[in-house]
Amino acid sequence: MAEPAQQHRLSAGLARRLMGDWRVVVGGSIFAVLAILAIGASLIAAIDPLEQDLLLELLPPAWVDGAEPGMLLGTDSLGRDVFSRLVHGSRIALAVAVVAGVLTATLGTVLGLVAGYFGGLADSVISRLVDIWTSFPPVLLAIILVALLGTGLHSVIIAIVVIDWTRFCRVVRAEVMQQRRMDYVDSAVTIGLGRIAILFREILPNILPLVIVLLTLEMGIAVIVEAILSFVGLSLSSDTPTWGGMIAEGRQVIHQAWWVMSFPLLMVVVTVLGFNLLGDGLRATLDPTLRR
Amino acid sequence: MSNTVLTIANLHAELRAGRKTGPGILRNVSLTVHQGEMHGLVGESGAGKSMIARAILGILPRSILISDGSIDCLGRQMVGLADSDRRKILGRDISLIPQDPLTALNPARRIGAQMTDVMRLHLGWSRARAHDAALALLNEVHIRDAEAVLRRYPHELSGGMRQRVLIATAFACEPKLIIADEPTTALDVTVQKQILRLLREMQNRHGTAILLVTHDLGVVAKMCRSLSVIHSGMIVEQGEVSDIVTRPEHAFTRALFAATPRYDRPADALSPVPGEVVRELEEKAATFDRARAGLS
Repeated sequence: MAEPAQQHRLSAGLARRLMGDWRVVVGGSIFAVLAILAIGASLIAAIDPLEQDLLLELLPPAWVDGAEPGMLLGTDSLGRDVFSRLVHGSRIALAVAVVAGVLTATLGTVLGLVAGYFGGLADSVISRLVDIWTSFPPVLLAIILVALLGTGLHSVIIAIVVIDWTRFCRVVRAEVMQQRRMDYVDSAVTIGLGRIAILFREILPNILPLVIVLLTLEMGIAVIVEAILSFVGLSLSSDTPTWGGMIAEGRQVIHQAWWVMSFPLLMVVVTVLGFNLLGDGLRATLDPTLRR
Repeated sequence: MSNTVLTIANLHAELRAGRKTGPGILRNVSLTVHQGEMHGLVGESGAGKSMIARAILGILPRSILISDGSIDCLGRQMVGLADSDRRKILGRDISLIPQDPLTALNPARRIGAQMTDVMRLHLGWSRARAHDAALALLNEVHIRDAEAVLRRYPHELSGGMRQRVLIATAFACEPKLIIADEPTTALDVTVQKQILRLLREMQNRHGTAILLVTHDLGVVAKMCRSLSVIHSGMIVEQGEVSDIVTRPEHAFTRALFAATPRYDRPADALSPVPGEVVRELEEKAATFDRARAGLS
């Protein structure tokens, strides 16, 4: 039989459950710190990330002998402040993560909803498209796309959306096919709701937790893809600090100055780990099959 | 009582497999529901009673095809009706009380949103007006603290409460016909009785015709004026409840009565439906299918 009526409102209970999951707390905190760094970049890192000083090249981090005061994480081969570049690089990383993540989620979810609910021809076309799409090696496809579109933030975001929508489409389609067989969908039909209304007002709320979980994971993937494209020099011009670009520059001096490559790498790892933890935690707390 | 709300005439439905049609699901079903009456549709599971309900509502599975006959509801032909026209009728003139209140409500939406949908859609009411109407409906089905219930999600309510919500919603647009598809099967026995009493009370107040689909002849005997007994997709007996209870004509109906538990008799007085009665009906159905196959 059904559980007894609960006293609290669902929203209050949800907030408490989210805060009770360490993965959500840790992942959320990393995301929050990253957001603060990105928004307050010029306040947090006072030194201009682009300012070159060839007299100060390859200075080590502050706790190593021979460091320059004020240069917390040392300098790169052009004498630019690593800490400042890291902080400013978080802007690009976060912008790509959020914008590309949301756009990818939207495109993939809409196509998945249509394929899963309407079936028939729409499903065949979309599913075959997914099959073809996923048989391309994703990184190579990204490189080709950016090469075609030209470098720049837009191209990176478009490339991620074009490549990764299948991730959402597949999962959403499968879930919608399950949901549309549920009794509540029949109930909605018998009160005279149209198909579009049923799809977006009845079914979508039931798969939204799933989409949110996928979105956080996708944001991590977007950070990696952006780093890879920057690493191969296809993201932004070198006068915009990006983590991938820093890793590429640091690779050339890895034997003399480990810090130039290590810190941006660490940022990428921590950021992606944060998104993945957040996704896992959200999956456990939001998943409708675990909720009942 | 002359006005009919629902007239089903010679309805045939078949399982469709590719171009060939398979065995019959409904065979020559005719049935009439008058204004304001409660008509019982009784049969074992698999007899086809839910298929009749689904055929009226136009939510048959794709594999089942209505091959012949008509369903006239309030002067409109429901067989082959375009979806857009059907949507205008469903929820407004005909509504459904579903079998399982635990799954019939959307788990991700609040009760209030789900109750008001139908009124906003068909009556064009504002959110606020539909909300007030939903409150009144919940009071009618004896739910206390209705304001709080509207803010709840389905999983926060008990099965009986959810069925009350669904009954209230079914009456929301003052339909002419409500199809109650085994409305108490999924509930506790103690709750069943309350829900049936509530259904009767709501029907008396609103004067709505109800087609009560059930496997429980005892329930029909108490609740309904007229009844149809169905087996193997065929109506085997039909008429006024008072006549059929005292003089059941068909052996199957007699057997069903004998199989209905009664508190004033020991449990071992129950007898299952005899095999030869069922076999006879199945043979009749098979003959019927052969005859139709010869026709087409």
